Amino acid sequence: MYSFDMVRPTSVADAVAALGQEDAQALSGGQTLIPTLKQRLAMPSVLVSLSGIDELKGLSVSDGVMEIKGATTHATVAREGGDYPGLAALAANIGDPAVRNRGTIGGSIANNDPSACYPAAALGSGATIVTNTREIAADEFFQGMFTTALEEGEIVTAVRFPIPEKAAYMKFEQPASRFALVGVFVAKYADGVRVAVTGASNDGVHRWSAAEEALSANFAPDAVEGLSVPADNMIADLHGSAAYRAHLVGVMTKRAVAAAD
Amino acid sequence: MPKDHGIGASPKRREDVRFLTGAGQYTDDINVYGQTYVHFLRSDVAHGRINSVNTEVASAMPGVVRIFTGADFDGIGGLPCGWQVTDKHGEPMKEPAHPVLAQGKVRHVGDPIAAVVAESLEEARNAAEAIEVDIEELPAAVNMKAALAEGAPKVHDDLSDNLCYDWQFGSDQADVDAAFEKAAHVTTLELVNNRLVANPMEPRVALGDYSRANDESTLYTTSQNPHVIRLLMGAFVLGIPEHKLRVVAPDVGGGFGTKIFHYAEEAFCTFAARQINRPVKWTSTRSEAFMSDAHGRDHVTKIELALDAENNFIGLRTDTLANMGAYLSTFSSSVPTWLHGTLMAGNYKTPAIQVNVKAVFTNTVPVDAYRGAGRPEATFQLERLVDKAARELGVDPIALRRQNFITSFPYETPVAVAYDTGDYVATMDKLEEMIDRAGFDARRKESEAKGKLRGLGINCYIEACGIAPSNLVGQLGARAGLYDAATVRVNATGSISVMVGAHSHGQGHETAFPQVVAEMLGIDESMIDIVHGDSSKIPFGMGTYGSRSLAVCGSAMVRATEKIINKAKKIAGHLLEASEADIELKDGQFTVAGTDKSVAWGDVTLAAYVPHNYPLEDIEPGLEETAFYDPSNFTYPAGAYACEVELDPETGKVTIERFAAADDFGNVVNPMIVEGQVHGGLAQGIGQALLETCSYDEDGQLLSASYMDYAMPRADDVPFYAVDHSCATPCTHNPLGVKGCGEAGAIGSPPAVVNAVIDALHSGGHTQVTHIDMPVSPGRVWAAMHG
Repeated sequence: MYSFDMVRPTSVADAVAALGQEDAQALSGGQTLIPTLKQRLAMPSVLVSLSGIDELKGLSVSDGVMEIKGATTHATVAREGGDYPGLAALAANIGDPAVRNRGTIGGSIANNDPSACYPAAALGSGATIVTNTREIAADEFFQGMFTTALEEGEIVTAVRFPIPEKAAYMKFEQPASRFALVGVFVAKYADGVRVAVTGASNDGVHRWSAAEEALSANFAPDAVEGLSVPADNMIADLHGSAAYRAHLVGVMTKRAVAAAD
Repeated sequence: MPKDHGIGASPKRREDVRFLTGAGQYTDDINVYGQTYVHFLRSDVAHGRINSVNTEVASAMPGVVRIFTGADFDGIGGLPCGWQVTDKHGEPMKEPAHPVLAQGKVRHVGDPIAAVVAESLEEARNAAEAIEVDIEELPAAVNMKAALAEGAPKVHDDLSDNLCYDWQFGSDQADVDAAFEKAAHVTTLELVNNRLVANPMEPRVALGDYSRANDESTLYTTSQNPHVIRLLMGAFVLGIPEHKLRVVAPDVGGGFGTKIFHYAEEAFCTFAARQINRPVKWTSTRSEAFMSDAHGRDHVTKIELALDAENNFIGLRTDTLANMGAYLSTFSSSVPTWLHGTLMAGNYKTPAIQVNVKAVFTNTVPVDAYRGAGRPEATFQLERLVDKAARELGVDPIALRRQNFITSFPYETPVAVAYDTGDYVATMDKLEEMIDRAGFDARRKESEAKGKLRGLGINCYIEACGIAPSNLVGQLGARAGLYDAATVRVNATGSISVMVGAHSHGQGHETAFPQVVAEMLGIDESMIDIVHGDSSKIPFGMGTYGSRSLAVCGSAMVRATEKIINKAKKIAGHLLEASEADIELKDGQFTVAGTDKSVAWGDVTLAAYVPHNYPLEDIEPGLEETAFYDPSNFTYPAGAYACEVELDPETGKVTIERFAAADDFGNVVNPMIVEGQVHGGLAQGIGQALLETCSYDEDGQLLSASYMDYAMPRADDVPFYAVDHSCATPCTHNPLGVKGCGEAGAIGSPPAVVNAVIDALHSGGHTQVTHIDMPVSPGRVWAAMHG
């Protein structure tokens, strides 16, 4: 690690002000950032911790929408998110207990790791990402691996998930990291089905529109039988070829539909 | 009724109290006054010419004490290789220099270029970033076949090519050729034994200290064999005589072979401490461990089995490329040769066997012994091959093995070794009893009802442990003897310290060794402690590897204890006014045979140290004896393993549902510890089979350089094991009749797993799949199914 200063503001306004300093970096759960710092792969001048800001914590439900504040941990969502069971189950299976007790939803989607779980839930639910300055639809928020619509110094203050009729997330784990080798989030709403895929693509989290159409017509595992995802832009690495990942997208989608409740 | 003390009892491991309560004293826990910290600047390219290393700016940075480069080691010895292999033409292996810090060239990612010694680690790292290194990157030799091709980049410019040796071993060529000519069936298999990173929980650490007052150096290091390090580093690298060099390996958090070897960082810290007259400490990060700990395995093999019309094995031929990496690590050359070729008979009476091994230099981290070392490679290829043969011939894989078992002992194999004892039929019988083979079809149907495939994989194994007879290994090229030593120091009140050359880094010696001495003397184990890991405290020792501790060092301890008993009987005879020949020792009492006259153990030990009434004219006071023990043969643990897997045909994911191991370890001192050793070995073998692999890209960049990509087995990857060691045929040539158990699990389990996966795929109609290289990952299984 390089030397840095650290501040721990207690309000979003103070955090935004602190992030205005040169080379300032927001620190939420730190599950990606701290290892990065330990490897000396980043050299922020000041870390602005979001963990002391009460207005960034907790979740609530109203009018069929679950709002989760940005600095809410995965463990909290797993424990208290029962009104959206598919989302709570996803949170309960991110990483290990240490990750779940430190890692936050805001940190996860702001980082937009191409193998992370939460981006699939946000995109698959058509969530709204709320920041200190605006509201961004998930379809506009995720812009390719490790890239989002966030501006410099902008903080994710909450994510609003419309609660679907049914949903489930199926993750096929990469054997070493246990991140998603392929993860598929399926959510059925009154006006249609959304399918979001993580782990698989060089473009990061994305929707699978052919499956959405088929499942909107018939929400059953069989509906995606015969559909295939092109392998062209899939990730290929030690753990699986592009063709394998493309195949797994189909398998995990089918299984998510079968598991949805 | 199980015993509650002595040999055969299972007292809980006494060392676990400190390990589990955070009170262990590991090398990194040791800090010395005035200590400095070193950070190694390592190569980020696989192969390159060092044009310049400019340390001027870095040397002026805050906290920097001194920066060392390869030039500081001009005229100082390089890291030695401990085993001279002679090739099939009678020529010695090529043995390139291995400088402590790179000189002229870097040869693998992680090769140390410079070492920054500073007041703090952060200051050392900061300064390392300011060193200006001009390296001209060269094409790298990574793949072994490519490295041997004409015109391949040369890892060592002063060698003619990248071939370290071309070794051939076994039966006469004519006998092998004849077997294949008359064969009714030949089964051939090409396979890879995947490169592994040992990944002990504790990374390597070295702390060098120097006392100018008496010109003495001390090295604290994470080693499995401190005396070996003292010998190699003192005599070959730094020129420090033994009496001026102390090597301490305190609590060590796992070794698995990779902490046997003498490493550059140890030599550096000892050297630098003398140069700057201050202690120098290095603690490896996990990232450094991936690129500087010697890796394991990495063989590519073609193996052929000749069978006659009755399915008897009549000939075996292997052709292996073995990766040495960029330099020869301490025992690297012996692993693919004498630790591998000598095991190719396995459990079978194949009369003609030939083993060919080409060792290859590549621009990768050096490769050396890892749990099993050569023997897992031998077992994997042989047991995969026998399974493939059974499938090709349409015969039961267990029946084919049974038909070819060696059944009479001692047995001289065509590959130099002589098995003293064994009963392969008994362990296979036991295994079949353990696995409920009759119920397998029902279990397979249950799996199929869930859309899964189920497979059963069986294999046998044999290993040569209790390493090793010195005169034999000397003839084979070892540059060391492989005996061990123990001193039994009986104190005045009867308590005992046993100084042993074996080193415990997870094996439980501190519990098991006292059980042996307690049994021999008839006293309580709590009166006995084991001292190990410090060259200033123990007589000598070749350390712990090759499942040798109890078989070799334990035998030395038995011999020393026998000397203690002999002397104590003399003292007791004097005290009892009886002839020494009439004295019997039982339950800690010396008794005159046939009488009720006796003295207690403590009376005798006190007399030895307070010799008021003592035969001083005949024997010396005190009660302390040392013995060195050199084994007359290897030991040959053997067994039969079975694995049942479930395979998800949609994803290719394999889960292990059942695993059974029937082992013959000879006599067993502490059954609980033995079971623990088997469990650990199985986890590592299953890790190799399903999860672990160390991968380089074509430029020699390490792809699996962290736990994000290197898959270690976790608790939920392994099943509850069924283990048994009741089929014991005691070793005939050591006093305890023990064979060793540390490596068996890692040797015996990989073929069982892969055999089970192939069985599952065949049951699902994927009969085109005859082999999948390890790790049998979901992606590979799926590719094989659709390939």
